[in-house]
Amino acid sequence: MIEIKDLHKSYQMGSNSLHVLKGIDFSVKEGELVAIMGSSGSGKSTLLNILGMLDEADNGSYFLDNVPIKGLNETKAAHYRNQFLGFIFQSFNLINYKTALENVALPLYYQRKKRKERTEKALDYLGKVGLSKWATHLPSELSGGQKQRVAIARALAADPKVLLADEPTGALDSTTSYEVMDIIQKINDEGKTILVVTHEEDIANMCKRIVHLKDGVIVEDKKVEQVRASQYV
Amino acid sequence: MKFIFERDTWQEIYGAIRKNKIRTIITVIGVTWGVFLFVFLLGMAKGLDNSFRSQFNDFATNTMFVWGQQTSIPHDGFKRGRRMQLTLDDVDALRSQVDDIEYITPRNVTGQWGTPPGQFVRGSKSGAFKVFGDYSTIDKVAKKKIFDGGRFINDEDTKYERKVCVIGEDIYKQFYEKDEDPIGDFVRINGIYFKVVGVYKPTNNGFEGDDSIYLPFTTFQTIFNQGKNISWMVITAKQDKNIVNTETNIKEMLKRMHNVHPDDTQAFGSFNLGEEVAKVNGFLTGMRLITYIVGIATLIAGVIAIGNVLLITVKERTREIGVRRALGATPSEVRGQIMLESIILTFVAGLLGFIFGTLLLWGINTAIGNNDDIPILNPTVDFFAVIGAMMSIVLLGTLIGLIPAQKAVSIRPIEALREE
Repeated sequence: MIEIKDLHKSYQMGSNSLHVLKGIDFSVKEGELVAIMGSSGSGKSTLLNILGMLDEADNGSYFLDNVPIKGLNETKAAHYRNQFLGFIFQSFNLINYKTALENVALPLYYQRKKRKERTEKALDYLGKVGLSKWATHLPSELSGGQKQRVAIARALAADPKVLLADEPTGALDSTTSYEVMDIIQKINDEGKTILVVTHEEDIANMCKRIVHLKDGVIVEDKKVEQVRASQYV
Repeated sequence: MKFIFERDTWQEIYGAIRKNKIRTIITVIGVTWGVFLFVFLLGMAKGLDNSFRSQFNDFATNTMFVWGQQTSIPHDGFKRGRRMQLTLDDVDALRSQVDDIEYITPRNVTGQWGTPPGQFVRGSKSGAFKVFGDYSTIDKVAKKKIFDGGRFINDEDTKYERKVCVIGEDIYKQFYEKDEDPIGDFVRINGIYFKVVGVYKPTNNGFEGDDSIYLPFTTFQTIFNQGKNISWMVITAKQDKNIVNTETNIKEMLKRMHNVHPDDTQAFGSFNLGEEVAKVNGFLTGMRLITYIVGIATLIAGVIAIGNVLLITVKERTREIGVRRALGATPSEVRGQIMLESIILTFVAGLLGFIFGTLLLWGINTAIGNNDDIPILNPTVDFFAVIGAMMSIVLLGTLIGLIPAQKAVSIRPIEALREE
């Protein structure tokens, strides 16, 4: 599903150049649930941004579902993002003046789906995260866990190939974190490929594979025995 | 551009505008105020214009007056200071020789410029008033309003030297009871009986007041022993002629006929109404121009305010825009949405401004009514000015919307999302 070879990225900080990614080789198969770990400054967010086509690598190749991702203009990148990727953010990033339902339906809007179809699908995905009753509520009326669940439903709505989650539990207490991870695991059980960036050990252990980044290189890449979040809920 | 016609686009914009209430209101106020002022100024200028025009309404504007004065240059054996006296012969000569003339009417008056007024007597009351000797044509130049049942001097009156008179409203009020019918009544002027045939109302141009008496020209000449002498003449040029040229021609002719030096500017006096009207017109045009400049400048200020507010809100909405783009919004979709928001805000605000402005003008018009003291009459705005201003508002809204739209697109989604 994801094929990365010799990926380099540096940022220009004044006169200094900061080499963040120093040659990453990495591949993810369909249906995997991968945790990307590392301390801050290890380059894990940069990697996720490149995977999410929000940022572009200086060097190296990136294939997503056998499509080369290179030299995209913004319009093309927008289409690819919409088609291939679903994003889950640490700070949820829901649009605060739209209801839960409208937030979930937004990627479908950019897919030019009909209104009726959008509403049906969005309701469907809200049901999947257990928030059907909250469809008409604004984000400000939801708890943190509920917000993140709406965000997950939104990421799923476009039926993407890969879900990218950037510290999805970073702003949540542990009980809520496990609830969210439970949902992520269930989605993964249905066959969705998911990448989770985290620095929390217990969250990482709920994935099937852990990739450790340090100073811009992968120092460890191991399969783990998955801890089911449902036992904590 | 297809997306403009999609319901979803409008729903997105409606949502964004409705949920950002404060900025929407502030933005709308800016443009509404601008358009409101624009409409108001334009309407008031139009009202002034209408008012000035109505002042001249009762007067043919291509009219001039000529009278005799004293010569200032010795000529042909005459010394300077010779008094010029216009006569009926002059009138006839001008009438037959100057093509530009539509009407030429001699007038006579007593009670003005040192001449004694006429003695008006009815029953036991008496008074002294100005008396004019006039032809019916004077009514074509300076329209008189005559009360119901009466008439002005007509051609028969002058032909037969009838002893009839038209009196001013003020005289009527002094000499008659309320609701008393003066028509057909007999009064004495300088000891001679006259029949009253009409009462006139003072008009706006009010240069003869409402306390004068009009007699047929010929009757006046006989009674006051004027022979062929006249006080002055009133000349109206044909519609397509330039009254200023006509004035020059006529004065040159008069100088030849009266043996006056060609360079003598003092021998004949004249007053050109056309010239005065042109001055007022120039003033009104200038005022209209200023109104347009001020109005348009206010509009631009309002639209710039919109651009400014949108720019701020784009900054506020950076994260939202970043999310939208992460979810697959293309730059052109983002740009289109911001610009449409700008256009719609300006359009709606403009419309509101026009409505309020028009309401105020309507209110002013109702409040003033027919009050002659306030020089505002029927303040309206031109339909095409409204359409034109609306179109330029939308155009300006589009242009000013480009700036925040471009700003929104230029922020890369990653930076937008990183922003806290």
